[in-house]
Amino acid sequence: MEGGVAYENGLNFKATELTLGLPGSGETEGQGGVRNNNKRPMPTPETNEEESQAHKAADRGSRAQIVGWPPIRSYRKNSLQAKNSEGEASGMYVKVSMDGAPYLRKIDLKVYRDYPELLKALEAMFKFAAGVYSEREGYKGSEYVPTYEDKDGDWMLVGDVPWDMFMSSCKRLRIMKGSEARGLGCGV
Amino acid sequence: MNYFPDEVLEHIFDFVGSHKDRNSVSQVCKLWYRIESYSRQKVFVGNCYAIGPERVAERFSGLKSITLKGKPHFADFNLVPPDWGGFVYPWIEAFARSRVGLEELRLKRMVVSDESLELLSRSFPNFKSLVLVSCEGFTTDGLAAVAAYCRQLKELDLQENDVEDHRGHWLSCFPESSTSLVSLNFACLKGDINLPALERLVARSPNLKSLRLSRAVPLDVLQRILIRAPQLLDLGVGSYLHDPDSENYNKLVTAIQKCKSVRSLSGFLDVAPHCLSAFHIICPNLTSLNLSYAPGIYDNELIKLLRHCHKLQRLWILDCIGDKGLEVVASTCKDLEELRVFPSDPYVGQAAVTEEGLVAISRGCQKLNSILYFCQQMTNAALITVAKNCPNFVRFRLCILDPTKPDAVTQQPLDEGFGAIVQACKDLKRLSLSGLLTDQVFLYIGMYAEQLEMLSIAFAGDSDKGMQYVLKGCKKLRKLEIRDSPFGNAALLMDVAKYETMRSLWMSSCEVTLGGCKALAKRMPGLNVEIINENDQMEFVGGCDDDRQKVEKMYLYRTLAGQRRDAPEFVWTL
Repeated sequence: MEGGVAYENGLNFKATELTLGLPGSGETEGQGGVRNNNKRPMPTPETNEEESQAHKAADRGSRAQIVGWPPIRSYRKNSLQAKNSEGEASGMYVKVSMDGAPYLRKIDLKVYRDYPELLKALEAMFKFAAGVYSEREGYKGSEYVPTYEDKDGDWMLVGDVPWDMFMSSCKRLRIMKGSEARGLGCGV
Repeated sequence: MNYFPDEVLEHIFDFVGSHKDRNSVSQVCKLWYRIESYSRQKVFVGNCYAIGPERVAERFSGLKSITLKGKPHFADFNLVPPDWGGFVYPWIEAFARSRVGLEELRLKRMVVSDESLELLSRSFPNFKSLVLVSCEGFTTDGLAAVAAYCRQLKELDLQENDVEDHRGHWLSCFPESSTSLVSLNFACLKGDINLPALERLVARSPNLKSLRLSRAVPLDVLQRILIRAPQLLDLGVGSYLHDPDSENYNKLVTAIQKCKSVRSLSGFLDVAPHCLSAFHIICPNLTSLNLSYAPGIYDNELIKLLRHCHKLQRLWILDCIGDKGLEVVASTCKDLEELRVFPSDPYVGQAAVTEEGLVAISRGCQKLNSILYFCQQMTNAALITVAKNCPNFVRFRLCILDPTKPDAVTQQPLDEGFGAIVQACKDLKRLSLSGLLTDQVFLYIGMYAEQLEMLSIAFAGDSDKGMQYVLKGCKKLRKLEIRDSPFGNAALLMDVAKYETMRSLWMSSCEVTLGGCKALAKRMPGLNVEIINENDQMEFVGGCDDDRQKVEKMYLYRTLAGQRRDAPEFVWTL
């Protein structure tokens, strides 16, 4: 991201300020400079969920510096923005609890494409290993079992239903530990 | 030909359809001019400020249909301040006064007030067709007037407009006797809809061929509508949220099966990720599919759907389809002519497609002639391959989300890639560039793009030479729009007469100065040279220092109407 620029509330006012100079001239460090010195590094892949969200937010801030880019009609931009925020409001963000952990976390299910990606993220977030999933035996080889509460209020094992169906029915996640978990994980 | 009676010439001119050809016909001689003028029914005005409405009405006394375009193209991307102009009211008013027998009005990027819609609906008894694209300024009250008073209305097509919604009573304003509707598109409306009124309207419109619903129309209503209108050719689904096991869904499946004529499908503005399978049965008939407003459809569902679409000619989609999804398109849609891939998250600036998807498409879809592609990255090698595979491009628009990104592999500018495109595609009429580009790409464009009519440039080039190559080489250029590029007065003033052969030139955040623009305006009185001075950027202390100030936004266009009288405070015509 552009370094050395003061952000107020995530907005870089200096960069969007209209001036008569060449973009990037008379300013320090490529502020708002969009031509020759504009090297916008790609965000490096983050294994930590939190950090990649932060990168996304910063990306949003830096992208917002170029007025009218990418060239999409405002109508289209607005309807996509509405969809994104609707998505967040309608429960794509779910709480994740882990037995024994002092506080809960929240993740955005939309960010993941399938179960492996979700499990990797959960493992990284809570520092555990989930074991290997099989339909017959559940999660083998681990004290921890990822479960979720569905629309009917039942606690289900993560991984049994198709990903899309899981996405639309999952209300919250809970990583169970210990004997309780083993009971569920053994294909009862 | 001069010995033929006028009626014969008129009859012959009936076969001349396109407005370009008719313009040519009218320039042959005075007689042809006269006959062509009174017999022309469809008039196209690409810039509403190029000519006054009275003059149009006077010349084309048989006018029935008019197409008007208002704001410059970059207004779509918020580069033009609101209140800039492009009002349709003076046109409607002038036509009403001159008793034009208006039947069709097609507007793009214009400001349409409720008053204009009301005047329109009351002034033209034969009015049949209203098409508004990317317009603003009206509310559903204006639509109510159109519904109520245009007794012969066949077509009401609202595409991507910014409409203030005063709720859904406008639909109930169609009189019970109104049965003439052929096409109704209100997908862009955001508010609630009077659903029973909609169902009744569909029930009494036996000629309805095209129906595009807004988000407010739920599944059960859609199902009932489809039962009533199995003759539809073009369907825009509004909301598609449902439980796949419900009775409603099963009824929908039955209803869709009856719609054997649907060739064009769009919408899915609110969608549950699964169970698009209800539509698989009509996919083999589809020639046009627009899922670019449906971010809720995940790539698996999308791909499953696309595998059935063998006859697709036009596809608009979001980049969440991914390169893999595009490979599926390439192997399935052999008749594809137009593809548009939009970014699903423009704010984050991450696109899910790369040059690989584009190459795959070019390999599989030999008939491709029009593309708009928002992507993460591009390479020269890919563009060269695409040019070889698809020499038939008429429209080629590439948008790399990082606007100055070089070749992702070699880190070189993308000059060679775009050069290959313009060299191979001899019929190329429209081109949009992005990525790291030097003056070299413009040398290629000037050399090879002989048919080019519209060129969009952003963050490209090194010097005036770039723009000069284009102005010198592209003989058929009509519209040139440039932003954030280092072109200045030397380029602007190189060939001032050229601008009279073009519709318009837009330059923003370039190097042109007030002095340069003034010089141009002085030499070319047939042009309006407008400066947009937002937020009082430009200061006047007197003296020639003023002229050295850079102009942030300049828009010039040829015109027969002189300086426009409706320009706001911040627009100066030099």
